[in-house]
Amino acid sequence: MTAAPGRAPVAEREPVHAPRAGRRWRPARVRRWLPGLLLVSPSIVAIGLFVYGLIFWNTRVAVSGRHDEVSPYKFDKGKNFVDLWDDASWPPAVRHALLFTAVFVGGALLLGAFLAFLMDKGIKGEAGFRVIYLFPMAISFIASGVVWRWLMNPAPPERAVGLNQLFGKLGLDALANNWWQHPTWGMAAMALPAIWQMSGYVMALYLAGFRGVPEELREAARVDGASEWKVYRYVVFPQLRPVTLSALIILGHISLKVFDLIMAIAGKQIITYVPAIATYVEVFDRHDPANGATIATYLLVAVAVLVIPYLVWSVRAERGR
Amino acid sequence: MTARTAPGGSPGTLAARTLRIVRPAILLAFVVLFLIPVYVLVVTSFKPLQEADPSSAWSLPGSWSADGWRSAWETLRPGLANSVKIAVSGSLIAAVLGSLNGYVLAKWRFPGADAVFTLFLFGMFIPYQAVMIPLAGLLTDLELVGTIRGLVLAHVVYGIPICTLIFRNYYVTIPDELIEAARVDGAGLLRAYSAIVLPVSGPAFAVTLIWQFTSLWNDFLFAVFLGAPDSWPVTVMLNNTAGSGAVAVQYNQQMAAALLASLPTLLVYLLLGRFFMRGLMAGALKG
Repeated sequence: MTAAPGRAPVAEREPVHAPRAGRRWRPARVRRWLPGLLLVSPSIVAIGLFVYGLIFWNTRVAVSGRHDEVSPYKFDKGKNFVDLWDDASWPPAVRHALLFTAVFVGGALLLGAFLAFLMDKGIKGEAGFRVIYLFPMAISFIASGVVWRWLMNPAPPERAVGLNQLFGKLGLDALANNWWQHPTWGMAAMALPAIWQMSGYVMALYLAGFRGVPEELREAARVDGASEWKVYRYVVFPQLRPVTLSALIILGHISLKVFDLIMAIAGKQIITYVPAIATYVEVFDRHDPANGATIATYLLVAVAVLVIPYLVWSVRAERGR
Repeated sequence: MTARTAPGGSPGTLAARTLRIVRPAILLAFVVLFLIPVYVLVVTSFKPLQEADPSSAWSLPGSWSADGWRSAWETLRPGLANSVKIAVSGSLIAAVLGSLNGYVLAKWRFPGADAVFTLFLFGMFIPYQAVMIPLAGLLTDLELVGTIRGLVLAHVVYGIPICTLIFRNYYVTIPDELIEAARVDGAGLLRAYSAIVLPVSGPAFAVTLIWQFTSLWNDFLFAVFLGAPDSWPVTVMLNNTAGSGAVAVQYNQQMAAALLASLPTLLVYLLLGRFFMRGLMAGALKG
């Protein structure tokens, strides 16, 4: 779980010490910024090595024929990236990840926005509501997996604990289902705990977004005779696009990387197999570093496609102001 | 963020009145839904094993028992100790580095500082699986694999981006004139930091430390790839208690263990929620 990047809380002034492009590097000028660079350099080295160096190394394993732990690295022209699709467990893993992402991102986004919308005008006990909607985020997926495994117990009502039992008690037997063990829609059930954990965060993002819309804008629309709904539709919602984008990116990258939650609820079963689990299985169970690295590379590319344009956009947007 | 008054329109209309009743009702319904897992955790953790029958799964314990908690404590104790070591040292070191980096990137910029910052930020989003295989190899070469120090090292390095981001966005709000004045008085990089920046850094340290502590405490991925039974944090131990379903599942112990493993971060959240919130928002929105 990470927060979003890029935006400074207040408009930034032109940095005093930033050297302008095109000026000559004079020693006096260099002396101004060099100490700063030196101070950051340990982190630059660490990130350079541990992030970019290791990504490079991982790619090298991925394009190698190192399918066990003793073979040498031998370039095999990216054969793994193609062969992977013939592996019986890989296409389902991709399908599972996509279904999980659709339900989780869509569900958390809608629920979070809805809760924020209801709270926008202020509500008695607002602080209490916020605390309760947000607390699941402080819990690890492993711990919440314990209780959700119990809640989504797939046995029929007479034998199940959890929600199926509750449905039986309430006479709603029709609602009882086999949750994450459903062959087609299992991953949609798997998204429920994730929605429970993350929709409070989305709520907080949107609430800040709602409150950031200047009251004068709403007032002006009301004076023009707009109904309260039209004020939202035409004034408030359009202002929330950056919030929606941030939330999409954050939820999206969490979703693609989902690992802990599934390990806690289902373990390494094929029915809930996703790429992040596949990497783990390739490394620890099948002892196939090349395949593990290939899957990790696919995962990295998927996240990069999502995140890089966003990062570039937000750092630029901040500089532009 | 203060509460607003009722909509400016006509508060007396039927629609407005209905809305005033319906809104809290829906919000309360969601409160109930959100708290269901908590009810289950607490209630089940205090049930004696004899009450494990599914038909009483949702009832309160017939007799309250601390057996589940005792056994959870025994099982998790080594993991809890490891988690404390990892989370405390990992977040402290990353926060200090983040503070220095954030200071330079906000106030003592060098050519290419933006590029460095963007490259750092990408490190925050990468799926760690993409570095895990070579990382395990590297830590093996350094003889750090399976040790607490190895886990701390990994957490610190991959924590640098978010810590730098939080501090940088906080320091940007310090007026440049203050730093410039210190420079005119002959203060160097570190002197300006300790005299001007550090004294106002309290809130940013609070946000960063809480954020890092929570993520490190809740980490599972690094722990399973890089840890060993001796260094496993509480998340791995908790997950292992669930593993073998050979005998009847001891739900009371599992639920108590899940609660026990979550207590530190939950307490941090409840006591310091304000800072937790700011960590969440770290730079996500315009001011």
